[in-house]
Amino acid sequence: MSDLTKTPAPDAEQSAAPIPAVDPRLLVREEGLKGYWTEFTRKVRGGELGSLPVFIGLIVIAIVFQSQNSNFLSASSVANIAVYTSGLGIMAVGIVFVLILGEIDLSVGSVAGVGAAVWAVLNVSNGMNDWLAVAIAVLSGLALGLLHGFFFAKIGVPAFVVTLAGFLGWSGLQIWLMGQEGSINAPTGSVVEHLTGYYFEDKAAAYGLALVAVLAYAASLLLDSKRRKAAALPARPVSEIVLRAGFVAVLCFVVAYVLNEPAGARGLPLALVLFLAVLVVADFVARRTTFGRQVFAVGGNAEAARRAGINVDRVRILVFGLSGLLAAFGGLFVASLSGGATKSLGGGNTLMLVIAAAVIGGTSLFGGRGKVWSALLGMIVIQSIQQGLNMLGMASEIQYMITGAVLLAAVVIDSVSRRTQKTAGRA
Amino acid sequence: MIHVFATPVLALRGVSKRFGAVQALTDVDLEIHAGEVVALVGDNGAGKSTLVKTISGVHPIDEGAIEWEGNEVRIQRPNDAQDLGVATVYQDLALCDNLDVVANLFLGSELKSLSVLDEIAMEKRAKELLDTLSIRIPSVRIPVAALSGGQRQVVAIARALIGDPKIVILDEPTAALGVEQTAQVLDLVERLRERGHGVILISHNMADVRAVADKVAVLRLGRNNGVFNVADTSHEEIIAAITGATDNAVTRRQARTATKEDAK
Repeated sequence: MSDLTKTPAPDAEQSAAPIPAVDPRLLVREEGLKGYWTEFTRKVRGGELGSLPVFIGLIVIAIVFQSQNSNFLSASSVANIAVYTSGLGIMAVGIVFVLILGEIDLSVGSVAGVGAAVWAVLNVSNGMNDWLAVAIAVLSGLALGLLHGFFFAKIGVPAFVVTLAGFLGWSGLQIWLMGQEGSINAPTGSVVEHLTGYYFEDKAAAYGLALVAVLAYAASLLLDSKRRKAAALPARPVSEIVLRAGFVAVLCFVVAYVLNEPAGARGLPLALVLFLAVLVVADFVARRTTFGRQVFAVGGNAEAARRAGINVDRVRILVFGLSGLLAAFGGLFVASLSGGATKSLGGGNTLMLVIAAAVIGGTSLFGGRGKVWSALLGMIVIQSIQQGLNMLGMASEIQYMITGAVLLAAVVIDSVSRRTQKTAGRA
Repeated sequence: MIHVFATPVLALRGVSKRFGAVQALTDVDLEIHAGEVVALVGDNGAGKSTLVKTISGVHPIDEGAIEWEGNEVRIQRPNDAQDLGVATVYQDLALCDNLDVVANLFLGSELKSLSVLDEIAMEKRAKELLDTLSIRIPSVRIPVAALSGGQRQVVAIARALIGDPKIVILDEPTAALGVEQTAQVLDLVERLRERGHGVILISHNMADVRAVADKVAVLRLGRNNGVFNVADTSHEEIIAAITGATDNAVTRRQARTATKEDAK
């Protein structure tokens, strides 16, 4: 390969003829802010909405609920949203991978329930070490996910059916594990209780994390831009880097401030830190590793991926395994929030909320397109709505209907933007 | 074009392949030298695709031998062929629409530094490769879905060159292309020959075959039906070999015209 591109071709004279660097048909971004605006409007018209609908939605939600109840943006309320976002959000990260693969996993709620039940039985009923019980619970989620993946990839059963069977079967396993008791409480001071109950009360924690996040983000952008310039490739202008880093900085420090400063603030919740860690790792895996690239390739065109030498079955099994692992881990957060494992943990609308979060955040149901961060954005939308409706004293039936409407709206946006992208030649 | 290479890069000797009751290939010979374009022609069902699939490892051969640079080799799986240096561009392109051009070019053989994808190195190499092949696409960072049919075809061919193969198999590369795009792909085939790749070109289009091929290997009903040098073979001879008869539509027409001229 190296000599392919380095040795001059026999037709050197011909190829030495000036080749225009840029195709005249390409709409190049003009310099300056006006250029950003034209690029932005072109993308929106072409159906590349990205995270735009979510951000608009969040602003609308904040304004509506804040005007109805001035406590909506208070420290305790924001901390509450953050903690409730974490558990289901971690489960949604696994779903994002499955959706990028172009499949669906209906079993996440039940797997979360099994994970919590395994932990409770081992740790509380049988007195096993905290960490070991948590590890076994998470690994049992991995095992269940791998089993789904095996039936889907190797036997060829549609993922919809495999995970539907899992949804029923693992609920049964969960009830059987919980036995007579019905619910097992998390002991005070245990690892699982701390998952959502622990707050870093030192104000330095929230501000420090915000600072580290902003610096790491800016540094990665600058480093990337420097390397691209060194390789003579088009790079982001410094103005864009400053703009992006500034936006992230404002976001991080506002959240840190709300968590730290107002009356009733308890500091940075551990749950949020863990969720952010999962997001960062998962985003890295999705965008910067061979495995992540393979997931996108299989989701885009499985046959092309197979011919490129990718082991499609392995990718599929691993993605379902990852979904199971994150579901069980998220299940421990849910157990922590509700005070312990129960027979019905992970039942009800857990599954729908998790899938809705991924889709609302902008991950396509049609495979091949999506971002890990959509798990965070989508879950914040859902939990904000629930928190707001709770504060207004709205009955749960109304909450169901509103969440359903939001999910429908998200899927409509996904479908319409996909159709627009097709007519704009982008999908 | 004159060939002085003694051993062909790839040679099939007496290859046979059966599918159940159907004898798809019988005792087929084929030789490809470096820097040579061999067109593989034949009617529908003549065994062109099967022959190509035996070379690319999709269907292992039943009888006969495959020689690579003079040594007998066994090609059982697609990976065997890739390891030898055979790259196949399938008719249905096999690109991932949702990935950009760079990601598609390097799919399955990504460049990494410290086990992290090295996007910058990949983008640089992709640009170099596309420039040396004089391939022009709007940007290497747009999804393949946004490219035209001809652009997708040249990207698919460029993709086959990433592993620096010795033999490139093109299955109907111009089938769905317009005039301009067909010319671009044919240019690309000539550039592959100039760079010393052996090319197997499957095509139904005689104009394309005569434009770029050095030799034409004709298959008929799963058997060899002649190998011709394009330079000193007439269109009609090739047609006759493909249809398997000296009495075919083309010769009949010729005979009629000749009689008319005699009458005058």
